[in-house]
Amino acid sequence: MRKLTLAIAVIAPMLGHAASAEDTIKIGYIDPLSGGGASVGEGGLKTFQYLADELNAKGGILGHKIEILPLDNKTNPQESLVQAQKAIDAGAHYITQGNGSSVAAALEDFVTKHNTRNPGKEVLYFNYAAVDPSLTNEKCSFWHFRWDASSDIKMEALTNYMKDVPAIKKVYLINQDYSFGQSVRSDARKMLGAKRPDVQIVGDELHPLLKVTDFSPYIAKIKASGADSVVTGNWGQDFALLLKAAADAGLKVNWYTYYAGGAGGPTAIKQTGLDHQVFQITEGFPNSGNQVAMDFEKAFRAKVNLSLWYPRAVNEMRMFKAAAEKANSIDPVKVAAALEDMKFDVLDGGQGFMRKDDHQFFQPIYISSFGKLAANEPFDEENTGWGWHLVSRVDTPQAMVSTTCKMVRP
Amino acid sequence: MLELVVISTLNGVLFGMLLFLLSSGLTVIFSMMGVLNFAHASFYMLGAFFGFQLTKWIGFWPALVLAPLLVGAIGMAVERYGLRNTHKHGHVAELLLTFGLAFAIEEIVSMIWGKSPLDYRVPALLDFPAFTIFSTNYPAYKIFMLAVSVIIFVALLIVLKRTRVGLIVQAALTHPHMVGHLGHNVGRVFMAVFGVGSALAGLAGVIAGPALVTQSDMAASLGPILFVVIVFGGLGSLPGAFIASLVIGLVQTFAVALDGSLASAFGPLDPSAGPSVLTDIWNVTIAQVAPIVPYVLLVIILIVRPMGLMGTRES
Repeated sequence: MRKLTLAIAVIAPMLGHAASAEDTIKIGYIDPLSGGGASVGEGGLKTFQYLADELNAKGGILGHKIEILPLDNKTNPQESLVQAQKAIDAGAHYITQGNGSSVAAALEDFVTKHNTRNPGKEVLYFNYAAVDPSLTNEKCSFWHFRWDASSDIKMEALTNYMKDVPAIKKVYLINQDYSFGQSVRSDARKMLGAKRPDVQIVGDELHPLLKVTDFSPYIAKIKASGADSVVTGNWGQDFALLLKAAADAGLKVNWYTYYAGGAGGPTAIKQTGLDHQVFQITEGFPNSGNQVAMDFEKAFRAKVNLSLWYPRAVNEMRMFKAAAEKANSIDPVKVAAALEDMKFDVLDGGQGFMRKDDHQFFQPIYISSFGKLAANEPFDEENTGWGWHLVSRVDTPQAMVSTTCKMVRP
Repeated sequence: MLELVVISTLNGVLFGMLLFLLSSGLTVIFSMMGVLNFAHASFYMLGAFFGFQLTKWIGFWPALVLAPLLVGAIGMAVERYGLRNTHKHGHVAELLLTFGLAFAIEEIVSMIWGKSPLDYRVPALLDFPAFTIFSTNYPAYKIFMLAVSVIIFVALLIVLKRTRVGLIVQAALTHPHMVGHLGHNVGRVFMAVFGVGSALAGLAGVIAGPALVTQSDMAASLGPILFVVIVFGGLGSLPGAFIASLVIGLVQTFAVALDGSLASAFGPLDPSAGPSVLTDIWNVTIAQVAPIVPYVLLVIILIVRPMGLMGTRES
């Protein structure tokens, strides 16, 4: 009898512990925390941790606390699969990743296979930044949800803006040599060709992803081509170093970018002295004028000491909570079903929705330029004194593209 | 076109001189101790990070002197307490020591300074365009980098070829026992050479940090190309390393500038054949393969002239 009591005394707390561990919702954050993409990955991690803290302070999701598991994938697809398995082994039913569409494609495939082989232990993959269109087209999966606008949506909006700028005559394309960079390049060629047949594409460059330390040779080439505008999907150090080299050489062109606001980008733009000549396309930005978003920005900056670079991460986490509450369950299959066709009021104002056909989230898109701040624009970037200024807003219905996805449902 | 050629030449020479600053130390250490120092690029990284930190505390110019001295001191300590002890176990042990050291330094650096790129700025004094050719500005800082590299090259050459110190070092390279019998402390010569080699790498780090990128993977990204340079130039040969650095720098820069592909040279493939691996290879431009060009050169030189450009040994 005494032995039994002893055994219970020893085992009971362990059971209790196991139960409470099961209670937390673990989200595997799989992104670069070392190497060339580290600055971007660390910023993302801090954002998700902030959002988890915010949700936990309000009681979590259906009473479950949220925990973010940081996993370093070194921007490498192979390493990402190892990290995804690690997340699953640690009890995560949700993983989130954003940097690198090559990584995203590998993860999407991995999650789909894992869920087919392990019924009852499904894992959902929330993609907050990998924008290769193929992820929601030919490669689409029921287990993958994307909150960022895909690269063709962004290019559609960007070229709609560019077609009304008569000063654009010669365009140079420079992109990273992998799936995303190649899709930016082909979309730009296709859409610019259709909307502005008079525009000449004077250069089309692909360079290795996160490997180039000095872009001077590329800048010399852009200069020699006589381009007046550059379109680039470069992110992370590939953008910052590109602009740094442009500043050194004194290259004066307009830059149409996807990710100019990433870590190091604003500092480099300030060095070039190009006032409101660098444009970026995002689903939100600090000086958007929306009071809720600006209050969030202020609180976020005060705590994390970074500007909010992923408004879509805010949408992702809050929509996750809404979907779980709608399904009244944290079971991934039920959450996935609840997310389909769900409408959601996004951080920067306006309504978006998660399309059932391909699990792409559609939302208002903004084009903003970087330069001296106006009176009603309180937020600068990286202590440069310059910040983002609204150039154009594209509402949800105008920021939609069709899909070829044939979704396989469980 | 002329504009592109001139700018690319300048950029190529500059990158080449930076490579030389790094490879000079590596090749001298190799010729003396027969050890390929895998941690050499790590000393370069240490130089950049020390440079960044000291710049913050005491300004760029004192950092330019102090940081290489610090790195040199670390290099000497590594030789004295690491390499000298493992020497008796043969070259493999020495190689492994430097190999492990490279990993250790990378981890320590990312522990102290984090993994993100640092905001290491060009000093205000040199932050202006030195001259403008074909409407392209050439930054004064890059001219400064070029000048430092040239000064180091000339100084090294004079010390090694024209002074008594150089005489002893050169003798110790080939006949360490004889030099020892003549009353020189060969161990101390080795230590000094290792220290100077590391300090040169550190100096390269301090001046390259603001121009390129200062972060914890900078050693790993530059390491492989250094070995290409010294093998290409001939292991242990200083003039060889000089020529190889310039060749690699120019080749890499010009490769980026060239848009030629097999398709542009011989016309596109028959479109009825459809897309295949062959069409990919046919359409790839020289610019796209620029980063692997130095390694292709390495393979060619190893086949045609295994001792390298100016190397003397067959092995």
